[in-house]
Amino acid sequence: MQLAPILGRRLLGAAALILAVLVLNFVLIRLAPGDPALTIAGGMGGITEEILRDIRQAYGLDRPLHHQFALYLERMLSGDLGHSLFFNAPVIDLILDRLGPTVLLIMTAMAIALTLGTYLGVLASRKPGGFVTNLVTVLSLVGYSAPVFWTGIVLLLLFSATIPLFPLSGMYDVRADSAGLLLALDIAHHLALPAITLAIVFLAQYSRISRASMLDVLGAEYIRTARAKGLSDRAVLFRHALPNAILPVVTVAGLQFGNMLSGAVLVEVVFNWPGLGQLAFESILRRDHPTVLGILFFATVMVVAADLLTDIAYGIVDPRIRAGTSPP
Amino acid sequence: MYDFRTHRHSPLGRPGGRPSGNPARPLPRAAALATTLCLVLAALAFPAFAAEPRSGGTLVVAGGAGLRHLNPAVQSGAHAGLGVQLFAGLVRVDDGFRPRPYLAERWEISGDGLSYAFHLVPNARFHDGTPITSEDVAFSLAVVKRNHPFGMAMFDAVDRVDTPDPLTAVIRLARPHPALMQSLVPLLMPVIPRHVFGDGRDPKTHPMNAAPVGSGPFRFKEWVRGQHVILERNDDFFIEGRPLLDRIVVKFFNLPSVRMLALEKGEVDYYPFAGVRFRDVPRIADNPDLRVSTRGYEALGPLNYVEFNLREPPFDDLRVRRAVAYAIDQDFLVNTLHGGLPRPGYGPLHRSSPFHSDGLNRYPVDLDRARKLLDDAGYAPDAEGLRLRVVLDYPPFHVDSLATGANYIRAQLKKVGIAVDLRPAADFPSWAQRIGSWDYQFTMNSHWTYPDPVIGVHRIYLCGNIRKTVWSNTQGYCNERVDALLREAESTIDVPTRKALYAEFQRIVNRELPLYFINEEPYVTVSRRYVMDLPETVWGPMQPMDRVWLDR
Repeated sequence: MQLAPILGRRLLGAAALILAVLVLNFVLIRLAPGDPALTIAGGMGGITEEILRDIRQAYGLDRPLHHQFALYLERMLSGDLGHSLFFNAPVIDLILDRLGPTVLLIMTAMAIALTLGTYLGVLASRKPGGFVTNLVTVLSLVGYSAPVFWTGIVLLLLFSATIPLFPLSGMYDVRADSAGLLLALDIAHHLALPAITLAIVFLAQYSRISRASMLDVLGAEYIRTARAKGLSDRAVLFRHALPNAILPVVTVAGLQFGNMLSGAVLVEVVFNWPGLGQLAFESILRRDHPTVLGILFFATVMVVAADLLTDIAYGIVDPRIRAGTSPP
Repeated sequence: MYDFRTHRHSPLGRPGGRPSGNPARPLPRAAALATTLCLVLAALAFPAFAAEPRSGGTLVVAGGAGLRHLNPAVQSGAHAGLGVQLFAGLVRVDDGFRPRPYLAERWEISGDGLSYAFHLVPNARFHDGTPITSEDVAFSLAVVKRNHPFGMAMFDAVDRVDTPDPLTAVIRLARPHPALMQSLVPLLMPVIPRHVFGDGRDPKTHPMNAAPVGSGPFRFKEWVRGQHVILERNDDFFIEGRPLLDRIVVKFFNLPSVRMLALEKGEVDYYPFAGVRFRDVPRIADNPDLRVSTRGYEALGPLNYVEFNLREPPFDDLRVRRAVAYAIDQDFLVNTLHGGLPRPGYGPLHRSSPFHSDGLNRYPVDLDRARKLLDDAGYAPDAEGLRLRVVLDYPPFHVDSLATGANYIRAQLKKVGIAVDLRPAADFPSWAQRIGSWDYQFTMNSHWTYPDPVIGVHRIYLCGNIRKTVWSNTQGYCNERVDALLREAESTIDVPTRKALYAEFQRIVNRELPLYFINEEPYVTVSRRYVMDLPETVWGPMQPMDRVWLDR
């Protein structure tokens, strides 16, 4: 079976999915109680109805819902995500400003979770019931069951407030005025805690999945053959067993992208990381409908793209899929 | 002044009192003498001991998320305070609400109180080098009047602004306006450049609101949304030798607890409107590196209260409202639950207002009287002692006062047979919409009274201001006598006459209880000890920081 037709079908399905999510989001966000005009008008004020009316007119909030949706779709199709009600800026600019930090956070967390999770899973699979296995199991359970914002606050208290290893918040030290390599190091220093926080939840899952998968694969005959050939334990584990055992991990990693994105919202709020999650948090609190819709649209596209990439990666990792054959 | 250890207010707590820091433990007389002697000798031996203000350095301020833009001419609320560093006003006020020269070096008021002539300092320039003229003053007033949430309350009486020469602006009033001078501070009437904002675009959505050309002590340098704003010293500022700081960096944090951690760690230097629990304040005050103060918010005058929806039963009945008041033990609420940090409030004016009346009915807790009032109102108890069931809303801000207060009120009202279902709001817009659409029975609420009742208090009580927006007269209160008193007070200049008018107003409101006042919200400022001369007059953090310096 060729990859192209599968990809074509997937792309069509993805477009339909994005449209459906768009409609759903548009309706849901307007069901939330709260008047965006009030938050635009400013805080503890005695705002008059005249000013509120002006604001509603200026932002088209006084029009019927279906008019607003038609206008929104029309703009969307021409690549315009609208204008933020609260921040008074094009939504696309706001999103592009924040996209980089979120991608950096998610990719770093994903890299940590995948490599460390898989490695721990492999270690645990060597001696089921041993100390390392039990330790990994316990840590996995704790990491998986603790809410991500709680983990974040605990890490902040431990490694920033009590033991001052990492900065508390933000993406770089604004007082330092650094540039180039120094700035990159500063960002890495600020990135460490939020990335570890986000990685912990997924690390737990990946370590458990890779352990279970490795245990399956290690029982296979070809592994016994490899061992019989006198290969080292390391070679058996990493060269023969792992490539087959990693398949479920890759699948779950792709499917988990959406979860990671939602986890990033909380992590960004706790660590004040200037990404899409923080923007979403601020926009939801202020009923900034266009910005929330824009972020949700972007998030949908990112999740669908991750799904597609998983399919492709699956094909690359497992030659049977590329060749259109199914496993025996 | 509030003593953070003994949990008590001393008489110095009124505006104009000494600034507070960490309270010292009482010393024995001999030790006190020895300490004084040492201090004197040290000061003589080391002249630098009594540090002189010096320039330079960066002040990092902890701010909350949600900054929309930087133009205070078209917004109110805590975030508007940042604009005060960017824009100058005609006057500023001292710790007794007295106007002091700022952009206007002097002024004359006509005998009939209908004309105010302001003479601008001659060397004042906007940050782009353009001279500040009376035309800019006239333009700014028009923008504020049309677009600021309090624009009409502050400047409805203004007929026109004459500009006989570039340095003279004459504000002509249609009627006497006692709150005019209080409305000309930079927070409420910033002088904005006509050549920038007068290009015909809507000032509320003007792109330069995000990177304004200002007139104040600091100029805009950078705003990274969700991260920080950087302001730099305006070397061309019209006050010689000011400001002292090189830069102000406002760093935004989503969580108040992280803001506090950042301050304790030294990542930020100054945390106004500190979101700390009342119970945590003494612990923070014990930190030798930090200075804690509750001064500097008198011009905001925040009051917390229970607001009744007067349109429908049961709270359309004064006896039920009074029963609620008599069921609440305000002393317990303020002194035990809140640790004595807030002061109790009994009427519609904040204690710091010159028009505040003492001697109002405090509704001392009296459960029998509350039950009797409910009996009289026709709410007899059933077999289980239940008289009525009501829903109490509360917003997500002023959590210590309002959320804790709501829970206490529920427990207390149960004792007199009123079952209360609490309805916390998920976020501010949810609560604001419910209250703004009058869809509630009673709610915890709070508003700023501002430096003159005309600006911040009248809106809550005037019959003509029963509107579907929060912090108007949402409770639906209408009393012709109150209307007449407020109308007269807003066009009377004579202070004793206004005092008498507001005294009667406070008595009526205290008697009729459209709102039941609980406490004055104490805002807290926490700063590192090396931050000197922080603004602690009545506008606190919402006034220019041109005198602030760092002693390190």
